[in-house]
Amino acid sequence: MARLNINGKFFNLTVDGDTPLLWAIREQAGLTGTKYGCGVAQCGACSVHINGEVQRSCAVAVKDVKPTDKIITIEGLSPSGTHPVQKAWLALEVAQCGYCQTGQIMAAAALLKKKPKPTDADIDDAMTNICRCGTYQRIRAGIKLAADGGVASKAKG
Amino acid sequence: MTKSDTTEKNRVTLSRRGFIITGAAATGGLAIGFNVAGVTDALAQKVLGAAGNEVGAWVLIKPNDQVVIRIARSEMGQGTLTGLAQLVAEELECDWSKVTWEYPTPGQNLARNRAWGDMSTGGSRGIRASHDYVRQGGAAARQMLLQAAAAEWKVPVEEVSVDKGTVSHSKSRKTTTYGKLATAAAKLPVPDLKTMKLKDPKDWKIAGKGLKRLDTVDKLVGKQIYSIDFKTPGMLNASIKDSPVHGAKIKSFSADKAKVMPGVRGVYQVGVGAVAVVADSWWQANKALDAVEVSYDDTNGSRIDSAAIAAVLRGGLDATENVSVANKAGDAKAAIAGAARKVEAVYNAPYLHHVTMEPLNCTAKWTADGCEVWVSTQNGDAALAACAEAAGHPPSKCEVYKMHLGGGFGRRGMSDFITKAVLLAKQMPGTPVKLLWSREEDMRQGRYRPITACKMEAGLDDKGNLIGLSMRITGQSILASVAPARMQNGVDFIATQGLQPIDGPQGNEGGFGYTIPNLTIDYAMRNFHLLPGFWRGVNNNQNAFYIECFLDEVAKAAGKDPLAFRRDLMSKNPKTAKHLAVLDAVAKKAEWDKPLPTGIFRGCAQQMGYGSYVAAVAEASVDARGKVKVHRLVMGTDCGHVVNPDQVDAQVVGSVAYGLSASFFEEITLKAGIVEQQNLDTYEIMRMADFPTKVETVTVPSGGFWGGVGEPTIMVAAPAVMNAIFAATGKPVRSLPLKNQKLRA
Repeated sequence: MARLNINGKFFNLTVDGDTPLLWAIREQAGLTGTKYGCGVAQCGACSVHINGEVQRSCAVAVKDVKPTDKIITIEGLSPSGTHPVQKAWLALEVAQCGYCQTGQIMAAAALLKKKPKPTDADIDDAMTNICRCGTYQRIRAGIKLAADGGVASKAKG
Repeated sequence: MTKSDTTEKNRVTLSRRGFIITGAAATGGLAIGFNVAGVTDALAQKVLGAAGNEVGAWVLIKPNDQVVIRIARSEMGQGTLTGLAQLVAEELECDWSKVTWEYPTPGQNLARNRAWGDMSTGGSRGIRASHDYVRQGGAAARQMLLQAAAAEWKVPVEEVSVDKGTVSHSKSRKTTTYGKLATAAAKLPVPDLKTMKLKDPKDWKIAGKGLKRLDTVDKLVGKQIYSIDFKTPGMLNASIKDSPVHGAKIKSFSADKAKVMPGVRGVYQVGVGAVAVVADSWWQANKALDAVEVSYDDTNGSRIDSAAIAAVLRGGLDATENVSVANKAGDAKAAIAGAARKVEAVYNAPYLHHVTMEPLNCTAKWTADGCEVWVSTQNGDAALAACAEAAGHPPSKCEVYKMHLGGGFGRRGMSDFITKAVLLAKQMPGTPVKLLWSREEDMRQGRYRPITACKMEAGLDDKGNLIGLSMRITGQSILASVAPARMQNGVDFIATQGLQPIDGPQGNEGGFGYTIPNLTIDYAMRNFHLLPGFWRGVNNNQNAFYIECFLDEVAKAAGKDPLAFRRDLMSKNPKTAKHLAVLDAVAKKAEWDKPLPTGIFRGCAQQMGYGSYVAAVAEASVDARGKVKVHRLVMGTDCGHVVNPDQVDAQVVGSVAYGLSASFFEEITLKAGIVEQQNLDTYEIMRMADFPTKVETVTVPSGGFWGGVGEPTIMVAAPAVMNAIFAATGKPVRSLPLKNQKLRA
């Protein structure tokens, strides 16, 4: 049994303590926007925010998450889907197959929270998620667009 | 707008077998509603009537003017879905802002005499092999709608016109919309598609434009349902482990420990080599799978190591028997023997894995009456066949619900994972079972890009002209394993893809662009137990690496500029004018003749494949420790016609990552017959930091033909970079991946 705060809502989940958070989110909480890619914290498809920090949820056991820890998944990043990163991703058509993009968006959103104007080196360091479609160039452009005041300011100016 | 509107998702839809399933639950949110001709059931008619009217097979029009375009090919990120919709909409003359889409099912396709044609999605064929009939489908629907208007207004159809779905008759100033005409239009006979006159691409208004994809929004908010996300009431979850040595059989297994673990509902053998655990949750199933003890009879497999495979290939490089000639002119052996200068080299390319980000999975439900699967597949037709075969039911009693793919790259063109899901579900009649492979299982049970090697020999005359070239490819055949029936006289022509005579039967899939008076390109097949498969770009990738990198070695020996050396081999033959034009286009954009900053070097490459002509110029540096930085890549494509330039750019830039990741980092090796790389901690994939600083695309569509886009540029990205590295270090890169090479002493 685990009590988790996901996207501001409490879930009482019937799950073993060693279950990775990823699978509790996907299978018990039913939020499938967080993806399974490798299970060994390599690909980043399972990225979520825990207390504002981006974490690979496949490598976090449910027993290590406290009910007071605030977990945010892609579904909770912005209720209307209009986080500046999401808007930039839409404007630049970043996604191809899209499978890794929820994780990429979570990683990018966490980066921008820490570094509102990231350098290329900051982006290289923070964005270690794998995209097999190879959307890296547009991801970088998307982060810069979001950092630069986002889609709205670009449209004006 | 991303797909049929949300209200549609919850409507009742009708399958072709006449039973009713609920849209969102049973189809994972995809609208699979069909206005099936001849349906008499009152409820179904009521629902379908509201859902819209089918005007020809490709178009469904709703009373609110929404246009649903049927997409037969699979969407795996390559943008085919939007491109195909643009082609239909162009001829239909509808309002693009009201366009949505849906996948017809393979079962429907079968039941309706293949109304939507080929459902396979590979070989960069999504658009190039269906552009004509989808446009004809759009044109036929337009004609039916205009006829309906003309009949209603009692005017000649020639006097009726349409603009963005609004139909008018100027003399009487009458107007109406497609939505209002659809009911009447649907009752008209569908005209013969072949008689449809299609627009000249220069008159396109919707096609040819960089319109936004129709399927983006859900991907950004976590709502896109891939088959891994599919849920249906009563569904159980399964994890599977097949024999790590391909081909080995299970001797016995003990499920005693696994069976008593939490959530476990059953442990089953699947086929001859696999065991699957079925549980309430996948995590429980996967954990219990580790507790199953299996012993294999591996006399049917092979315990070969990578070193032994390399030795076999070395033999293949010099074999004199059972060699198939793919391309020949003059007498290469004699010309090289008598040449003023000879250049020789052996090149190698390893086994590779596809690594689709979404691990392979399929949900199946088997009953005594039929079988249904929900799956991300590149090949709806083959999926239906695999389902039927494994289920032991005729295809007419089976159905496949296609979903978006979290990557395909050729792996999901095969149906082995569908077969396994059905064989498992068959052991739990009536229960839907989602079989998801762990990443480790996915790595072990790949259908790998085959290992090959190439011996290159060239002869130069005293002026540095290439007078003879010999290429001996050796290695594993894809066709011999995957599709032996496609071999020609026992020969796998795909092994020499990209090196084929331009005028030959395979010239359009990979025609050799150089005219060399004495030429021999041949192939010595050497097969191993590891199962191969089509990998995005297929053998064009390795073959472009071999020829394009070796040509730089030869150019250097001749004391010539690599670009000028290539131009000499292409400019005299009008049949290679397109090859040369795209090479010239990238050279111009990259300012080939302009000096670069100290330490940065250029390389170029060209190749033809999948109906398109591609070329690249790379700028790279190699630091004192041997670390490579790619500063710039200019990628050129002549694909004849461009349906969506923004998606072409996305595919080309993305293909650079696939090609460079493979050539820098990726390698599958074998120890005692088992794949050593079990997850992404040991199978390295290119990430943001190693991606080139800047990739520019140059698209030069010359018209008159339709070429593919998803694959072609992969084959030139790596050779161009390797040639820049050669220019920087003076040492050719002859063996991939680059991570195994010491670039600085």
